[in-house]
Amino acid sequence: METVKSIGIDAGSTTLKIVGVNEKGKILFSIVEDADPKVEEQTERVLNKLKENYDIESSKIVATGYGSNLIKADKKVTEITCHAKGIYEYFKTGGTAVDIGGQDNKVILISKNGKVIDFIMNDKCASGTGRFLENTAWRLKIPTEKMAELALNSDGEVKISSTCAVFAESEVISHLSRGQKLEHVIKGLHRAMVKRITSMIYAVGFNPPLMLSGGVAKNKAVVKMLEEELGEKPMIPENPQIMGAFGAALIGLSQ
Amino acid sequence: MDVKDKIKYIFSYKIAGKLLIELNTKKAFKNFKPPKNWRTDILAPPLRTGVYTKEIIAKHYLEGRYVSGVKPVAWVTSGAPIEILKALGFYILYPENHGALCGARKVALEISEEAEKKGYSIDICSYARTDIGATLSKKTPVGKLPKPDLLLCCTNICQTVLYWYRVLAEYYKVPLIVIDTPFVYDEAKKHDIEYVKKQLEASIEVSEKVAGKSLSFSKLKEVVRLSKMAAELWLEIMNANKNKPAPISVFDQFIHMAPIVEKRGDPETVDFYSKMLDEIRERIKNGIGAVKNERKRVLWDNLPIWYKIRFLSEFLAENGVSVVASTYTNAWGELAPMMDIERPIESMAKTYVYPILNRGTGHKLKTMETMVKEFDLDGAILHSDRSCKPYSVGQMDQRLKLLNELGVAALLLEADHNDPRAFADEQIKSRLKAFMEMMD
Repeated sequence: METVKSIGIDAGSTTLKIVGVNEKGKILFSIVEDADPKVEEQTERVLNKLKENYDIESSKIVATGYGSNLIKADKKVTEITCHAKGIYEYFKTGGTAVDIGGQDNKVILISKNGKVIDFIMNDKCASGTGRFLENTAWRLKIPTEKMAELALNSDGEVKISSTCAVFAESEVISHLSRGQKLEHVIKGLHRAMVKRITSMIYAVGFNPPLMLSGGVAKNKAVVKMLEEELGEKPMIPENPQIMGAFGAALIGLSQ
Repeated sequence: MDVKDKIKYIFSYKIAGKLLIELNTKKAFKNFKPPKNWRTDILAPPLRTGVYTKEIIAKHYLEGRYVSGVKPVAWVTSGAPIEILKALGFYILYPENHGALCGARKVALEISEEAEKKGYSIDICSYARTDIGATLSKKTPVGKLPKPDLLLCCTNICQTVLYWYRVLAEYYKVPLIVIDTPFVYDEAKKHDIEYVKKQLEASIEVSEKVAGKSLSFSKLKEVVRLSKMAAELWLEIMNANKNKPAPISVFDQFIHMAPIVEKRGDPETVDFYSKMLDEIRERIKNGIGAVKNERKRVLWDNLPIWYKIRFLSEFLAENGVSVVASTYTNAWGELAPMMDIERPIESMAKTYVYPILNRGTGHKLKTMETMVKEFDLDGAILHSDRSCKPYSVGQMDQRLKLLNELGVAALLLEADHNDPRAFADEQIKSRLKAFMEMMD
């Protein structure tokens, strides 16, 4: 049974991410689940299940995310520090890390030696976050993962002017009722989201390379459009969703 | 003057009320101890002289309950040139301060909803909504507000006050004096000062008519002298925070600034700040910091978040972060040197043209940069106040400049000074925490 030196738990608003690393910081396992309302019970259940295959008795636990208050951990750190750590260790370079999560977007400037120089998060508004696409997908009864495909294959684009996740929904419906093609509208929706993220990136000052994390980084249309808007090909980890939890686990190693 | 009003005023305020308040203060001062739930593990006890802040404010609002018909009453904006009114014997009420008090007592939302029910938009400044709500519903935590006989509105803090005071003038059917202060981009021109001076001179006649007496020039000089003295003491109190550890946090300053705003020009205010300065010097001598284990020193830009002062103070202090300087509390001290007792009207014209909110964004940036150097700061929290656009404009660039040119961590914090609906608890916590981690 392999010994897990440190476990990082990222209890986000939409998903729960758990990553275990060995003493060298190598990822031993990673788990991503939809977040339960009772995240502390969910975490305990996942950790108990892990005990079947791993030795986690002496593992350090570092928690981050909105649900981290409820989780028993050796240390609690913000998502900013965890994402910066995870991304920096993964790519071994400073630059601009962009995490597009379910409810929060973060743009983090990382120095050459891995220190957070500056960060910005969306304010009390979920425009441009994962929820923006999820809401519309749900309203249109399209699986979220199909949204990107529709946008990528679209031969046209409708301008969506509202960046409000709630108002965009009614704008989408009104475009459709006026006979606009579904894929054109969905592509426009992606564009609105990407423009919002781009403006956040410029607000802290873009410093290449661009490194993406968070669930939305798996959306190929978002990635392509970010490249179009910024003129820079984003670097994406194999599993972008777990970068915060990975960073948390790495922080645990130095505890 | 109504004789019945006068008797009531003398008995309820001058004799019984004042006596009771003073007795309470004496008792509180003698048996001074921090409130039960005070976090003595992370914070120094509150200032003992703070009991006088309570006394001054309690007396002020108690007088307000009985003053109608006895003294002329004026409602004024926070940056208004009140010295003339003071010299004419007006009782002066600051709706913004009353709004802040409602915010700190957590009743501002309920009161501003009274204005919203009558159709005032939630996009209007939350002070204006609280005041208009209190006017329409008569709801207030201080018992009763006296009706104004005169309104004095000075545009040196924002343009909202212009419309807000027109609403009040319409409602109360009383004269409204507007002092229009030209915006200062760099330096005020001679004709700008002249323009304000002429308006001040013209306001005297209206104020005299309402007060029913003539302005005594020597009285005006005395008020200006006391105003200047209090402001200088206040400045000295704030500058004491250049010491490490800082003896009085900005969150304490938010509370103890009430007299410099509401009661400047009174001799009691001078005595009060003088006592407070003694206590602060004592703290410096004994090495007492407002935050125990002061590790990081930061500045606060913009208005306080009145309904979250305690929370923010403790949340930051838990991590050894002390807020030691602020552009906001500084605004009531920085202009003191401009006051000239020998030329009261002219110097008032100059003083009231120069508040931070009537100057370009570059000036605020310079003020913050100076603070970073003089107070040896590690970071800056810029409260982006939904209700105060003139204060918040430019903060995006100011934040970047502080970060890039001075190398201090800087955070933009989205909230509202009086409307708790614009405060997202978890979001604010996570941003503040990340800001603190960044400073480490």
